[in-house]
Amino acid sequence: MIENIDLALVNWSRGQFALVALYHWLFIPLTLGMTYIIAFTQTIYVRTGDKEWERIAKFWAKLFGINFAIGVGTGIILGLEFGTNWANYSWISGDIFGAPLAAEGIMAFFLESTFIAVMFFGWGKVSKKFHLVSIYLVAFGASLSALWILVANAWMNYPVGMVFNPDTARHEMVDFWAVLFSPYAINKFLHTITSGFVISSFFIVAVSGWYLLKGRNILLAKRSIVIAASFGLLSSVFLATTGDGSAYWVAQKQPAKLAAMEGLYEGQEGAGLVAIGMLRPGKQIGDGEKAFVFKIEIPKLLSVLGYRNANAFVPGAEDLVLGNAGQDIMSADEKISRGKVALNALAEYKEAVALDDMQSASAAQARFEENYYYMGYGHLFDPNGIIPNVPFIFYSFRIMVMLGFAFIALFLLILYLAVTDKLQENRWLLRTSILAFPLAFLASMAGWIVAEVGRQPWTIQGLLPTMVSTSNINANAVILTFWMFAALLTVLVLAEFKIMTTTIKRGPDNAKKGGENV
Amino acid sequence: MFESLTHLQLQHYWWFIMSVVASTLVFLLFVQGGQTLIGTLGKNEDERTMVINSIGRKWEFTFTTLVMFAAGMFASFPLFYSTSFGGAYYAWKIFLVCFVLQAISFEFRRKQGNMLGQKTYEAFLYINGFLGVFLLGAVVATFFTGSEFYRSEYNLSYWQTTLYGIEILFNPLNLALGIALLFLARTLGALYILNNVDHEVIEQRARRQVGLNAVVFLVFFLYFVIRILLKDGYAYHPETFEVYMEPYKYLNNYLQMPAALILFLAGVVLVLYGIGITWFKESRKGIWFSGPGTFLTVLSLFFVLGYNNTCFYPSSYDLQSSLTIQNASSSHYTLTAMTYISLFVPVVAAYIFFTWRAIDKHKINDEDMKSGDHHIY
Ligand code: HDD
Ligand code: HEM
Ligand code: HEM
Repeated sequence: MIENIDLALVNWSRGQFALVALYHWLFIPLTLGMTYIIAFTQTIYVRTGDKEWERIAKFWAKLFGINFAIGVGTGIILGLEFGTNWANYSWISGDIFGAPLAAEGIMAFFLESTFIAVMFFGWGKVSKKFHLVSIYLVAFGASLSALWILVANAWMNYPVGMVFNPDTARHEMVDFWAVLFSPYAINKFLHTITSGFVISSFFIVAVSGWYLLKGRNILLAKRSIVIAASFGLLSSVFLATTGDGSAYWVAQKQPAKLAAMEGLYEGQEGAGLVAIGMLRPGKQIGDGEKAFVFKIEIPKLLSVLGYRNANAFVPGAEDLVLGNAGQDIMSADEKISRGKVALNALAEYKEAVALDDMQSASAAQARFEENYYYMGYGHLFDPNGIIPNVPFIFYSFRIMVMLGFAFIALFLLILYLAVTDKLQENRWLLRTSILAFPLAFLASMAGWIVAEVGRQPWTIQGLLPTMVSTSNINANAVILTFWMFAALLTVLVLAEFKIMTTTIKRGPDNAKKGGENV
Repeated sequence: MFESLTHLQLQHYWWFIMSVVASTLVFLLFVQGGQTLIGTLGKNEDERTMVINSIGRKWEFTFTTLVMFAAGMFASFPLFYSTSFGGAYYAWKIFLVCFVLQAISFEFRRKQGNMLGQKTYEAFLYINGFLGVFLLGAVVATFFTGSEFYRSEYNLSYWQTTLYGIEILFNPLNLALGIALLFLARTLGALYILNNVDHEVIEQRARRQVGLNAVVFLVFFLYFVIRILLKDGYAYHPETFEVYMEPYKYLNNYLQMPAALILFLAGVVLVLYGIGITWFKESRKGIWFSGPGTFLTVLSLFFVLGYNNTCFYPSSYDLQSSLTIQNASSSHYTLTAMTYISLFVPVVAAYIFFTWRAIDKHKINDEDMKSGDHHIY
């Protein structure tokens, strides 16, 4: 159905999507988490009437506003990116994938954009209660928008609730609730928004920590740290729990991704988890070489985490590519040839329908349905291609997980010292917590790499390969616009960064009165 | 409840919803129009700031409505989404750049350390108001004039020129609608600011702008509408789905759907009335007429575009590839599910209305700009 594949087009389209998505993700975590922290502080103000709390809320709201605008700006590029750069994908999956995006618009974006106006323009103009409720609604709206987009993203990893319709040549939804309440989606949503909470908590801790180091805005800094570190501690524990859930669902639904995450080439029963390890460079599937230069392994843990059973078999990359009859795993070659049967049957079906030959049509349809499950493999050439880039994913995953555990400890420590009022003496800890903010971003970017690169070569896991998902345009058009967005977004992000740091340096008090907006 | 509707009824319903969103969007383009008038209406820093704050508080609405239009089309007519965005590639990408520029400009413009300087952000706002709106008009005109694409039997689309959307500019009708939309947005922007800002000098300048821009708008709009009504249109046979050219298709649609004709006439009269009372009666309430008038006029144009067996996204390269509300839509199941979700629309409209009534109780004036309060652009 798709004749010639232009790899430059595919790769630049992937690059463009990654570029814009990564830029979008620079701002979204702060939107997701800071809104709640602002709401908490403002709640304390409304309850106690202590003006200092309002001042704190206002200050963080100011920083939040700077961040929000650019999050929206990068979002709209993504919103059309599926159409502009992934047109084939958009048709083939639009019947399912479009609905959550539209729901996001109706339910979440309007909620956010309306009440954010109250939040920004309403201080002292509308009643305190209405203002506070508005802040909570903004926070809720942000989480809701994350829910819908992650439902869409989860569906690409674990497609449910649809059938393929040969007449329209696309997947069509048959069960909306299955898409929305897919356990993969729920887990992904929880893990992702809590990662936003953790990043936001670190942001507030880092800025406040810097004030403490400089000996400025002490009260604001101390109070903010207590709030943010408590929120961060809770969130980071929850983050590790949901991260375990993510890995569980990957094990169930995306064995190739799991194999890459673990650098597992030969499947095992009672597989251990590699805590620390170094992969052997140049390792190929089926070359008989060892996968690791060295590793420290916790026995049986991978089987427990992935299957909740200490002796469960965990398939490795080689089982998936070469097949493993004992474990009932079909080889990639076999899947590819079945996929080709499916694609040919589909073409025959179309031809027969065009000629009004209903008998051949139903024969072809039956053959198609028998092999439908492997349809996506029919586009592939190289059986090894079903395994994503192992080292990239292996190391990214380790970075995320190690940081995840370190963050729990760090928040505990910060909170303990903050509550006992010893933070200011521990300057090294304040410096570490400033460093933790970029590290939290690093962890979440690593998470996206595991999730998205780990899904390769698929756009829709098992059903639609990335290389046939693009728009049918010239690679040059994508290259040109890639650089256009790269330049534009980089300039805007630098400007944002500069405004942020300037605003932080000036602090809440240094607002010039009149005119100048700070 | 909605399950019992036929697929065709749901397709009609969703074309209606998308028409409403599109018409709302065109009305809300007053923000963009206002952005092109900042320098004309505000001659000094304070005046400019007042103008910017007046429209700046509403930019998110226009923006979100635009996002909603794209996402709604994706969900309800995915074949349009993939064909148009994936084919008229450059046009849409440049359009997007214009909107990215807008999203940050209000917020960054007067912030310390903004790197590019206030003037640059004002220029960004101008680019968004000018180029963004013009491109939108030109692309929407292709819904009438057609584009060069081919749709395979797998419904994958192939654009037939390597200009990927730039060719839209070579058709005078597309240009005419682009220019008309631009000047309509400017007219609405001036009407809105006139109503929202309490400042005598700005008021006088805005009044003058309403007149000037309305004249340009009317010239290009009339040219476009007359040409459309007199030209052949893309029709399809309701049973065989065969596409053919029908003389006076859009005129026929208006005559065969009198409701659309009434909407159109009512809309045009309201737009003109709003302009008229601003110009002759020194009224400040023009936006309350021209705004709804715009909405009704655009609504009627979308009706003749999608209903009555018309191809709403025609292919001039291969007639049979043209998109209709029937062949471009989502499945019966998805449209049903989406119809339940659309029940949120009135709820959203209601909270937007009440919230803004609370905030807009008092008009923007000199005092506000001096108060140094929290969120001023
Ligand atoms: C501060 C950020 C952060 C931290 C500390 C962690 N994660 Fe995470 N993780 C994310 C931020 C993130 C993320 C950005 O939110 C991702 C990317 C895609 C997604 O769904 O969430 C993600 C994805 C992700 C995936 C891939 C899911 C998929 O393929 O769809 C797994 C298996 C984990 N995480 C597991 C963990 C574990 C076991 C952690 C140990 C504590 C952990 N994460 C900490
Ligand atoms: C490809 C994926 C994505 C697309 C197409 C997308 C689309 C968009 C769009 C169009 C906007 C602007 C909305 C407006 O008009 O206000 C936006 C903003 C937003 N998005 Fe995304 N988004 C994506 C990924 C994500 C992810 C992964 C999350 C969170 C987990 C997220 C959360 C948000 C939030 C909270 C906002 C509003 C606040 C802000 O912009 O700072 N988005 N997104
Ligand atoms: C905001 C955080 C996100 C980041 C950093 C991110 C990152 C990436 C990266 C790096 C790729 C390229 C993968 C590769 O080529 O190997 C990619 C592809 C893609 N992602 Fe994501 N992604 C994000 C969110 C999302 C979400 C929320 C969705 C869906 C709603 C999504 C849908 C896609 C699609 C359609 C592609 C292109 C097809 C493909 O390469 O599989 N992404 N993303």
